Amino acid sequence: MKVSCHKFKQESKRALGDRHLQKALRIVDERLRAKRDQAFGELENGEELRSKAHEIKKHTLEHLDEYLEKLESSVERIGGTVHWASDSKSACNIIENIALENRVHTIVKGKSMVTEEIELNDRLISRGFDVFETDLGEFIIQLADEPPSHIVGPAIHKTKEQISRLFSEKFNIERMNDPEDMTMFARKTLREKFLNADMGITGVNFAVSETGTIVLFENEGNIRLTTTLPRIHVAIMGIEKVIPTLSDLGVLIKLLARSATGQKMPVYMSMISGSRRIEERDGSDVFHLVILDNGRSDILNDEPLKETLFCIRCGACLNSCPVYLKAGGHAYGWVYSGPIGSILTPQMVDREKAGQLPYASTLCGACAEICPVKINIPGILLELRRRYTEESDWKAPTPLLEKALVSLYSLSMEKRFLYEKGAFAARLIQRPFIVESSVLGRLSCIKKLRETYNILPLSKQSFRQQFKARKGCGK
Amino acid sequence: MAIHLFIPCLIDQFSPETGFSSLRILEKLGHTVSYSQEQLCCGQPFFKTGYWEKTRPIAKKTINNFRNARYVVAPSGSCVNMIRHHYEELFIDDPVWLDRAGDLSSRVFELTEFLVKVEKIENIGGHFNDTVTYHDSCQVLSGLGLSSEPRKLLKNKQGIDFIEMERSHVCCGFGGVFSFKFPHISKAMVRDKVNTILASKAHIVTGCEISCLMHIRGYLDTYDIPVRTMHIADILAKGI
Repeated sequence: MKVSCHKFKQESKRALGDRHLQKALRIVDERLRAKRDQAFGELENGEELRSKAHEIKKHTLEHLDEYLEKLESSVERIGGTVHWASDSKSACNIIENIALENRVHTIVKGKSMVTEEIELNDRLISRGFDVFETDLGEFIIQLADEPPSHIVGPAIHKTKEQISRLFSEKFNIERMNDPEDMTMFARKTLREKFLNADMGITGVNFAVSETGTIVLFENEGNIRLTTTLPRIHVAIMGIEKVIPTLSDLGVLIKLLARSATGQKMPVYMSMISGSRRIEERDGSDVFHLVILDNGRSDILNDEPLKETLFCIRCGACLNSCPVYLKAGGHAYGWVYSGPIGSILTPQMVDREKAGQLPYASTLCGACAEICPVKINIPGILLELRRRYTEESDWKAPTPLLEKALVSLYSLSMEKRFLYEKGAFAARLIQRPFIVESSVLGRLSCIKKLRETYNILPLSKQSFRQQFKARKGCGK
Repeated sequence: MAIHLFIPCLIDQFSPETGFSSLRILEKLGHTVSYSQEQLCCGQPFFKTGYWEKTRPIAKKTINNFRNARYVVAPSGSCVNMIRHHYEELFIDDPVWLDRAGDLSSRVFELTEFLVKVEKIENIGGHFNDTVTYHDSCQVLSGLGLSSEPRKLLKNKQGIDFIEMERSHVCCGFGGVFSFKFPHISKAMVRDKVNTILASKAHIVTGCEISCLMHIRGYLDTYDIPVRTMHIADILAKGI
């Protein structure tokens, strides 16, 4: 997708004016967030699990090369083929070649953020393949030709009225009002695609190194169909999705669905170890696993930012972030949105374009409180802000006015003389602004400034002045 | 016990009465309180905007100012959080100052934290007749882990009708540089906060962090909403 994170400010403004979107975001807050809290409340050792998950991720990333190589040999041992892709282009090439070699026409897909990241659909469609998203949300946004606005609920920004209109226009059918009817319609449409598909593409929630098993979470059954009906199954994962053992999986599965949707378990959890064996009835004939880097190794080698790769893509930080819940996902301008998007996008795409994102946070810490693998997102945001401000290879347009003000302001916090004289001057300057009946106070631009920035006036006298006067001293 | 009062810049310049309330509370408890005019700002605004280089001299100045204090008490949660949790990050490559920062971090306390955790006082005395609700500022709640401490002090104050608002822990939308870079989102957030305050029917909203209260007050003033903000020190100091 086109990167538009440099427009965060204007896009978030637009989002705030979009009544439908604001309604949808309130639902995210009220339902997803509340359900997550309830699900965690029922867990006796929720906190302990989060710490364990953090340790698993930390350990795995410290020995990533080892676990990835082991994963490769495990997958090959059970008859699968492993491909290594350094970037989006090479991943798309690999998958396109698999499709060409196997004379594929129709491809069905399970929901996968990493395929959004590499823009796989665009590539495959441009080469003449029929590609169908089969997750209901993805099906909707594919029809609407829009990017996902949430890691877990890609079409969360759409109301049922908008979806009804979309179906009616795209399929030339009558408008439906009942979400159940719309779902049944999508299901019927997709069943045909499943039966005709030659190839199924999915992402990976976890890849177990010791067994070569890939684990997929879903609620609709479409991933189960995508991985079993077509002849060929291609799964694609970022390098950080590997975990060492099945017992590590035991920890992480307790956290993922609870964090994402507030469910104890997803409706479907598939554990796929290679293709169908002779004695088995279900499964693909051929299994390919594509392991993608796409900038992740750079993050891995960057100690202060490394935790970014712990992410298991549950979306909980979005649901808890008061900024995401106003701005919506599209404003973040790339595949990943919300707090995790604000730390991933600057590291994975154009640094200059992503410069606003680390600032799109009040550092309230809600994301860190909720993160199932305890990523210190506020800490990483602070580190990114520092780099954008102080490091020459992290440049983003900073307004000159900001730089000048910061220099002046910081100096006055260092020198008492400047601080006190500055406060004195500010009291003089503010006078005509804060008195509403004054000439300046009546100017509409001043009124607007006051309204936009919620600025309060300085008190008549500072504490230090009054303290000095009262005690008659003060060092 | 000798206590150094830290009155951070926002309270110094915007809400001096809160400084005097803090002073009164501590003196009432029998402490000798000193206040040094050399203290200015903890450096938080620069640190959080990414200007760590510019923050270091400010942090050093703060560390120096309080180097002889047994306790430093500040009626401002976010500044205490800055000193306690972020100063050491600033000096990670500077063992001398890292040590000094670590030393100060163990001696600095937010006012209600000091009263309840150090002094073991849950009832400050005096009375205050009004309905009050409490906003959990992020740096106070997540940063310092304070939630029951300010509530105990408020609830034990005679005459107070304490009402919990819904979603008290949700950010008010200030976030320092955030509110200047994205005022529209900041404002949408404070609108939600004000709505929950109004729903509580309390006349006064209080908290342990002046910047949040100023942000909320800015909104209340702009729209002439008849709810007042009061720093917790100003409530606690009433009638003692």
